[in-house]
Amino acid sequence: MAVADFMRRVADSDIWYSFKSSRVVVGATVVTVFIILAAFLSPILAPHTPFDPATLNLSDALKPPVMFGDDADWSFLLGTDEQGRDVLSSIMYGTRLSLVVGIAATAFAMVLGIALGLISGYVGGAVDAFIMRLADVQLTFPALLVALLIDGVVRGLISVQRHDEIALYVIVGAIGLSFWVQYARTVRGSVLVEKGKEYVQAARVIGLSPVLIMVRHVLPNVMGPVLVIATINLGLAILTEATLSFLGVGLPSTQPSLGTLIRLGNDVLLSGTWWIVIFPGVTLAALVLAVNLLGDWLRDALNPKLR
Amino acid sequence: MPESAVPVTRPAARGAAQPLVRLSGLKRHFDVSPPWLARVLEGKPRAVVQAVEGIDIEIAPGETFSLVGESGCGKSTVARLVVGLYPPTAGHIEFDGADMGARRSGSDMSAIRRRMQMIFQDPYASLNPRWRVFDIIAEPIRAFRLASSSDEIRQRVEGLLRQVRLTPADGVKFPHEFSGGQRQRISIARALASRPEFLVCDEPTSALDVSVQAQILNLMMELQRDFGLTYLFISHNLAVVYHISTRVGVMYLGRLVEVAPTDALFRRPRHPYTRMLLDTIPDLEMTGRQRMPVAGEVPSPINPPSGCAFHPRCPFANERCKRERPDLLEAEGTRVACHAVAEGRLPAEERSYAAR
Repeated sequence: MAVADFMRRVADSDIWYSFKSSRVVVGATVVTVFIILAAFLSPILAPHTPFDPATLNLSDALKPPVMFGDDADWSFLLGTDEQGRDVLSSIMYGTRLSLVVGIAATAFAMVLGIALGLISGYVGGAVDAFIMRLADVQLTFPALLVALLIDGVVRGLISVQRHDEIALYVIVGAIGLSFWVQYARTVRGSVLVEKGKEYVQAARVIGLSPVLIMVRHVLPNVMGPVLVIATINLGLAILTEATLSFLGVGLPSTQPSLGTLIRLGNDVLLSGTWWIVIFPGVTLAALVLAVNLLGDWLRDALNPKLR
Repeated sequence: MPESAVPVTRPAARGAAQPLVRLSGLKRHFDVSPPWLARVLEGKPRAVVQAVEGIDIEIAPGETFSLVGESGCGKSTVARLVVGLYPPTAGHIEFDGADMGARRSGSDMSAIRRRMQMIFQDPYASLNPRWRVFDIIAEPIRAFRLASSSDEIRQRVEGLLRQVRLTPADGVKFPHEFSGGQRQRISIARALASRPEFLVCDEPTSALDVSVQAQILNLMMELQRDFGLTYLFISHNLAVVYHISTRVGVMYLGRLVEVAPTDALFRRPRHPYTRMLLDTIPDLEMTGRQRMPVAGEVPSPINPPSGCAFHPRCPFANERCKRERPDLLEAEGTRVACHAVAEGRLPAEERSYAAR
């Protein structure tokens, strides 16, 4: 009953109408869902397990994709790299890692930014000034630089081997810390607007604690813009991770993300094995483009002035 | 107090010795200074708005005390001070003998909060747009733990919805599915949910159509009769105030200039500002009559005028009014703060408003 009810509400909503009426958006959704499914189902779907050395065979090295070249092998659809790893499987596993990092970093930045934005907007005064100046300072550095700095500091503190083990968490933290500002500013602005509204005062009159008022009343009313930013930032976070990995400060080559794959492929590009770099690159571009298109659409669809 | 002059439609004030609410020397200042950096770099001074500058009011149980005045005179600030949305800069608020400013345990404070509620001006902003009406009305019941089971909550919310002429089925809807008048009735239902004795109403009808205003006012008066409610009613609309109040306080620039029973105020206004306000009420029978034009604007509460704050706009002002601030003095059952009235320069004047 409730499910049917919900489905009817969705089918009747403006958002669904706006979604249906744009082919670009439907296309972007299909691409996104396809990539996400392929990535997260990679242990089942992928033809090989490229990062298990036991399954590798050097005689399979540098096979071209099936449509290009005579010694192509149908079990290596997109060819292999110089160690005989299947490029398609590498991409699927790598995309999964990229998505995990992107989603985790976005979630981290979102939680941090929302918390700081709520505090800043609701408490005001010196606390607000401090958090916002901190945000201003951080905005003067490019996100990539901040991430590089954090990663560098962590590397200086712990051994290389230890770093490889926790590289995933470091990069999630580094990207998350460099993206919180936008959330904090947006949430703070919304809180300042919502806090003055009478429904918040009505909640204060009955003596609810500030934390309860924030969570129950203000937060649901500021989540719209936050989700839009999160969608757009997901693409950015994936790109930042890829950039860091490409520069060699991201994930190690033992657990390669799309960015790592592009770096490794780039090293051998000039020897004519273009497929090792092109396919991960195309996947990354398609994923980020699709996610960004979705974010743009969501922003417009949720903006009542553009309806 | 001339009880006989109060029409029967209006709830009569009980002559209780103990007021339900007492405000004494209530002050509230707001710091509106430019930011620290601007003050240091551009040498701008600190600025303080004296929104409320010493208010003394006693509200008896069962009565409707109205505060009227132009925008910016501080009447809404008084409402917010009373329910505790702002802490007072100085002075005391007593509710049923208990000082609101005193330190007390959370449960004691909650017991007092339960007994007073507020109805807000804008029915479009006072209901959380993402909550269903049921949850909006149930929130005070849950916050004060007034019901033991979800069944009991449901019964009480449905009862409240009926009391304000909505149906229990309206509970599942969202606020945007209602008109302004209906929303204000939802606000009233929510305010009544904790079974309060005292309601602060901050211009509850000013955002509504005239036809709906009367509906809401009649509902409020009916609920007052049924539940023995006491109202502090904030309004700039004198017709509304005349309809609902037992006593009226006229505010000007953070101070009371006249406090009188409704009939006395409308029939024999004493303070020149009250007279000016009454002259602004549109009147079909008296078109073309000589009026005292509303001259000037409310001066800035950051830099209030010396002496009587009303003197720059007052046709009866003299040197003393510019120098010396008049106190709120007792005169024939009303309290007036005016040198001209106290000196007898300004005799009382009969008005026709109350006769209609």
